[in-house]
Amino acid sequence: MKLHEYQGKELLQNEGVEIPESRVAYFPEEAWMVSMNIGYPVMLKAQVLTGGRGKSGGVKKCRSAEEVRQYSRQMFGSVLTTHQSGKNGLKVRKILVEKAVDYEKEFYLSFVIDRNTATIALIISKQGGMEIENLSATHPESVKKILINPFTGFLPFHARTVAAFLDLWPKTAEIFNLLGKLYRIFVTKECTLLEVNPLVLTNAGSLIPLDIKIDIDDNALIRQKEILRSRDLSELNEDEVEARFYDLNFIKLDGNIGCMVNGAGLAMATMDFIKQAGGAPANFLDVGGVATPETISRGFEILSRDGSLKAIFVNIFGGIVRCDKVADGIIDATTRHHISLPVIIRLSGSNVEEGLKTLKASRKNFHLVTDVEQARDIINTLVNN
Amino acid sequence: MSAGINESTRVVVQGITGREGSFHTRQCILSGTNIVAGVSPGKGGEKFDGNIPVYNTVSQAVEEDRANTALVFVPAVYAGDAILESVFAGIKTVVCITEGIPVHAMLKVKRIANTFNTLLIGPNCPGIIVPGTGKLGIMPTQIFSKGHVGMISRSGTLLYEAADQVCRNGLGISTAVGIGGDPIIGSDFIYWLEQFEQDPNTHAIVMIGEIGGDMEERAASYAKAHISKPVFAFIAGRSAPEGKRMGHAGAIITGSAGTVTSKETAFEQANIMVIRNLALIGQTVSENLSLK
Repeated sequence: MKLHEYQGKELLQNEGVEIPESRVAYFPEEAWMVSMNIGYPVMLKAQVLTGGRGKSGGVKKCRSAEEVRQYSRQMFGSVLTTHQSGKNGLKVRKILVEKAVDYEKEFYLSFVIDRNTATIALIISKQGGMEIENLSATHPESVKKILINPFTGFLPFHARTVAAFLDLWPKTAEIFNLLGKLYRIFVTKECTLLEVNPLVLTNAGSLIPLDIKIDIDDNALIRQKEILRSRDLSELNEDEVEARFYDLNFIKLDGNIGCMVNGAGLAMATMDFIKQAGGAPANFLDVGGVATPETISRGFEILSRDGSLKAIFVNIFGGIVRCDKVADGIIDATTRHHISLPVIIRLSGSNVEEGLKTLKASRKNFHLVTDVEQARDIINTLVNN
Repeated sequence: MSAGINESTRVVVQGITGREGSFHTRQCILSGTNIVAGVSPGKGGEKFDGNIPVYNTVSQAVEEDRANTALVFVPAVYAGDAILESVFAGIKTVVCITEGIPVHAMLKVKRIANTFNTLLIGPNCPGIIVPGTGKLGIMPTQIFSKGHVGMISRSGTLLYEAADQVCRNGLGISTAVGIGGDPIIGSDFIYWLEQFEQDPNTHAIVMIGEIGGDMEERAASYAKAHISKPVFAFIAGRSAPEGKRMGHAGAIITGSAGTVTSKETAFEQANIMVIRNLALIGQTVSENLSLK
């Protein structure tokens, strides 16, 4: 679960980290009022759950109340499209109004889970404000990765390593204090990413996080109740929420062939297959291991709402999921909602005979295939019609 | 093959009385696995299906029934604890099926399992099967015919699909293992490549990977240096968008890292045959091998 910048900053504040004064505003008048309290110049920062805001007009520096009035009106309700937001972009519903800070230097800092070593990696760079992926590709020598054993936590020697690499030796104690707090947040809130970009050295000589991006481990939300309560429901896709309600793992994409599969790996491979066959997958949908006729029917209904679909491809390898239950669910959905979209169905594994019998007996116009390859030409023809 | 499951395997099932645990315990027994005990806290003293003793703790199963392998069906919030219980009880192989264990918990679990030299398979995996000998997991037994192809997969159903195709094309499986779809897992591709290289019963290896992380890339460089047997690879997720988690917690592309292209390039540089068509996994392996 991604947190907004203002939510991340609340966590920092609770941990006693010094950050510039700021407040969230929900409409232009509020932003204007808040800016007068904070004093100029202020930054207006659109609160949308995507990276790349700065480049797409989501961050503006305002030197007066008049500028806040003008820019906050423009920003509220606008749609930000960044390289990570998807083609439809994200609507700006909240703006963080923040005291602007003058600084001498900016740095990059993040904590992430390091898969290979089962440690927590602290990644730092002298080149703040840039995207770390680009930076490690173009200037690998400017990026340092420090591995932290989860049993020892963040130690003084880690802080000395950071200070030496960033040429901030006189600031070692401050680094130990600040990064220790960030590390504590990373562990206690069970983050998978905590990124401060940039971390700045102000003219007054303090180290201050200016922007923060936090991702919480979805698997930990069950015990991170406070975080879960703060979830911004307006950022969720309605279909994705409904799917989750029925234990379906669904992600909406832009495409023309819907797909319904059991298992995440087979679902991804089926999406790839659709693309190779000349179509474009319209979604990721893993019906999981506990699929019932009801959940299958609901999933089918969610898929069929997408008006740009040319067909739905059902690819089930029955193991724990039984093919007859899947067949019952498909018939229920297509009958109840009069779905006339072409449906290509491949069933294999547990109870496949019963499933196929049901599908044939329904006398509906399904394209039944016995293996994936047979679906290729059908997808190709349907897409080009 | 000695790792995973063999003649001396004595299994304790953690969570044996639960819905998943009880169903799959029976399936494992039918496939030939020697299940000697179960653990279900609070139900110690009961018998599962009339003959398998149920204990409150793993230690009791080790002392009373000489269990040396654990199969974990415990729900996600308790599963990390369950794995550690087995590790500290002296169990040497732990297979964890459970999906959804928090990653911060797994960081510590994995490091302890490593320290104690415990082989951890999973979590979030279908387990391991040796056709004809038995299975520790949830895969449908009937699709795995006995043979000489070793299979390693991050995904469950994709493993079934690939194994089914391999077997329909006249080949069979020596051992198939699902290593799990989470960011932090126990045994990885490299561990199983090493096992398959040493296993005289395995003549070729199929690796099934997916987007996220760089486990496939590291496996490619290992294979280049250490594996003499033919290796095939399939990677899922070429149509996945950046930054979206594709079901598995570990299947996510961040920036240029973890993409299908990066993995396939690494495999090709290691002389591993890359299969790009989901429908042709079995056929490709069969056409390139003369073993039956």
